[in-house]
Amino acid sequence: MSPKTLYDKIWDAHVAHEAEDGTCLLYIDRHLVHEVTSPQAFEGLRMAGRKVHAPDKTIAVPDHNVPTTLDRANAKTMTEDSRIQVEALDKNAKDFGIHYYPVSDVRQGIVHIVGPEQGWTLPGMTVVCGDSHTATHGAFGALAHGIGTSEVEHVLATQTLIQKKSKNMKVEITGKLRPGVTAKDITLSVIGATGTAGGTGYVIEYMGEAIRDLSMEGRMTVCNMAIEGGARAGIIAPDEKTYAYCMGRPHAPKGAQWEAALTWWKTLYSDDDAHWDKVVTLKGEDIAPVVTWGTSPEDVLPITGVVPAASDFTGGKVEAAQRSLDYMGLKPGQKLSDIQIDTVFIGSCTNGRIEDLRAAAAILKGKKKKDGLRAMVVPGSGLVRAQAEEEGLAQIFIDAGFEWRLAGCSMCLAMNPDQLSPGERCAATSNRNFEGRQGRGGRTHLMSPAMAAAAAITGHLTDVREMM
Amino acid sequence: MEKFTTLSGIAAPMPLVNIDTDMIIPKQFLKTIKRSGLGVNLFDEMRYTQDGAEIPDFVLNKPAYRNAQILVAGDNFGCGSSREHAPWALLDFGIRAVISTSYADIFYNNCFKNGILPIVLKPEEVDVLMKDAEKGANARIEVDLAAQTVTSSDGQVFSFEVDSHKKHCLINGLDDIGLTMEKAASIDAFESRASAQRPWV
Repeated sequence: MSPKTLYDKIWDAHVAHEAEDGTCLLYIDRHLVHEVTSPQAFEGLRMAGRKVHAPDKTIAVPDHNVPTTLDRANAKTMTEDSRIQVEALDKNAKDFGIHYYPVSDVRQGIVHIVGPEQGWTLPGMTVVCGDSHTATHGAFGALAHGIGTSEVEHVLATQTLIQKKSKNMKVEITGKLRPGVTAKDITLSVIGATGTAGGTGYVIEYMGEAIRDLSMEGRMTVCNMAIEGGARAGIIAPDEKTYAYCMGRPHAPKGAQWEAALTWWKTLYSDDDAHWDKVVTLKGEDIAPVVTWGTSPEDVLPITGVVPAASDFTGGKVEAAQRSLDYMGLKPGQKLSDIQIDTVFIGSCTNGRIEDLRAAAAILKGKKKKDGLRAMVVPGSGLVRAQAEEEGLAQIFIDAGFEWRLAGCSMCLAMNPDQLSPGERCAATSNRNFEGRQGRGGRTHLMSPAMAAAAAITGHLTDVREMM
Repeated sequence: MEKFTTLSGIAAPMPLVNIDTDMIIPKQFLKTIKRSGLGVNLFDEMRYTQDGAEIPDFVLNKPAYRNAQILVAGDNFGCGSSREHAPWALLDFGIRAVISTSYADIFYNNCFKNGILPIVLKPEEVDVLMKDAEKGANARIEVDLAAQTVTSSDGQVFSFEVDSHKKHCLINGLDDIGLTMEKAASIDAFESRASAQRPWV
């Protein structure tokens, strides 16, 4: 048998039909659904008189629009159009008989945090969702990627996707990370090295000692941003940490089925002599705590660096860099650590898990945020929030002057009331620093939760290593 | 889905690289439960001031490009989120084809589901068409999907590649779901096989 990558193995196990030209019907094991990209798909089913093919494999949760303030049970906290979307999901979940976690359920949260937490996401599965950050689930050795609304409708109706296979890309992070360097710094540094289109046409497998050393939470952070590097999916081979995370989750297999699953999961790795179409290697010890300076996730620099000039770039990036500098209100040569901020946002499907909150709280313990700064923590799910309260993290955030919110996507994409004002500058643990992403005219610097916590204390972008 | 066969239209130049889906259709317009009506908000934050006035310098606000049917764009067009609202907004404005050196994967797929043809050409070819587009409304670019060619206003012909299945669906305006449902027997057989091998799924 010819050697295979992990992606090859999962792909081969899910091809339901292959046409002569290589176009495949790929079977989907888990379809996650949220309120923003699904209403038109359910409407399409209704118009055509179609049912959901596999309601037991379809899981819905509202996350993008939901307010995260404590008064959100009051429907007036939502704008009318947001409320219509959430109510449409309530109705569609009921009408089509799919699994559902409504806003009132303590398990509600960001779809990419709820899926793994409830044991829906397991190794070797195919997972899709009408959301580009579906790549998150690749941390379990699942083939997971975002799809558009037409494809959402296609999966609802047929439980398959029409696909052609992507190429295989290996991203290896060798050795150990230095203190203060986290999964977020790895994933941003990879995008900084490859560019936002470096992964286009590929599925990335992350490997190497530094990846193995990460917790499941850290691996989810790495895979989450595979899409920001252009890749269809990011994936990490499952290991003992993966099995330990999955075991006992509500929808994970039990007993004999667990044993059978484990036997298969242990075959899910890339063979030693597998073929890679592209290879990128970074040394773990070379990765520093990083921040973004521009309006593309590839605009990454170590916190010790300075703002670049447009003339440092070539081709179409010159104009784009100048546009970014103007938008961000930055001057070439300015030290990154001199950039003053107005707001800190800790949360999102990238960094809204318990480990992220622990990392931020470790920096904030016994300290206060800078006066006048707006700071909020938005846990990724109701269960993350409950656990953080139990561990005493919530109190550390509250004592430091942070708002302690309910779960949702919140200011990562500002579809709910959590938004930046024009010119407002934010240290954010989310995934996109695009123009207007966090609110029209808002200025986003991406970084790790520990770095965002450090910035909250000083009021400017800060090297977290100085606080450790 | 509307068929795509040939197109002769005005092309708007947008040389910026990494034009993302947040630029194409900002998040406040994702709160719709319909597919139509988004054209007026296409490129909203580049096209209008905060109080809703048109920004005259923005390409689609210039008289020559108000009826553009083609975009010639910088590298990696459509990067970012999976929102199909991006092609819906382009289509609603009247854009039927985009020309660039590269696209983000999900955006690229989404275009084909909505009767929009995203064309990949070499950088030097995109440069020629970008300059052509900059000439304004008198420079019409022609696209022929069956022949897989783009012709500039002065007659230069460039060939492009497109997946045979996607081409077939676009030329005939076919509904993917209907086509897949014809293969229901294969899906049923897969489900039987898979549930024996991996019953925990």
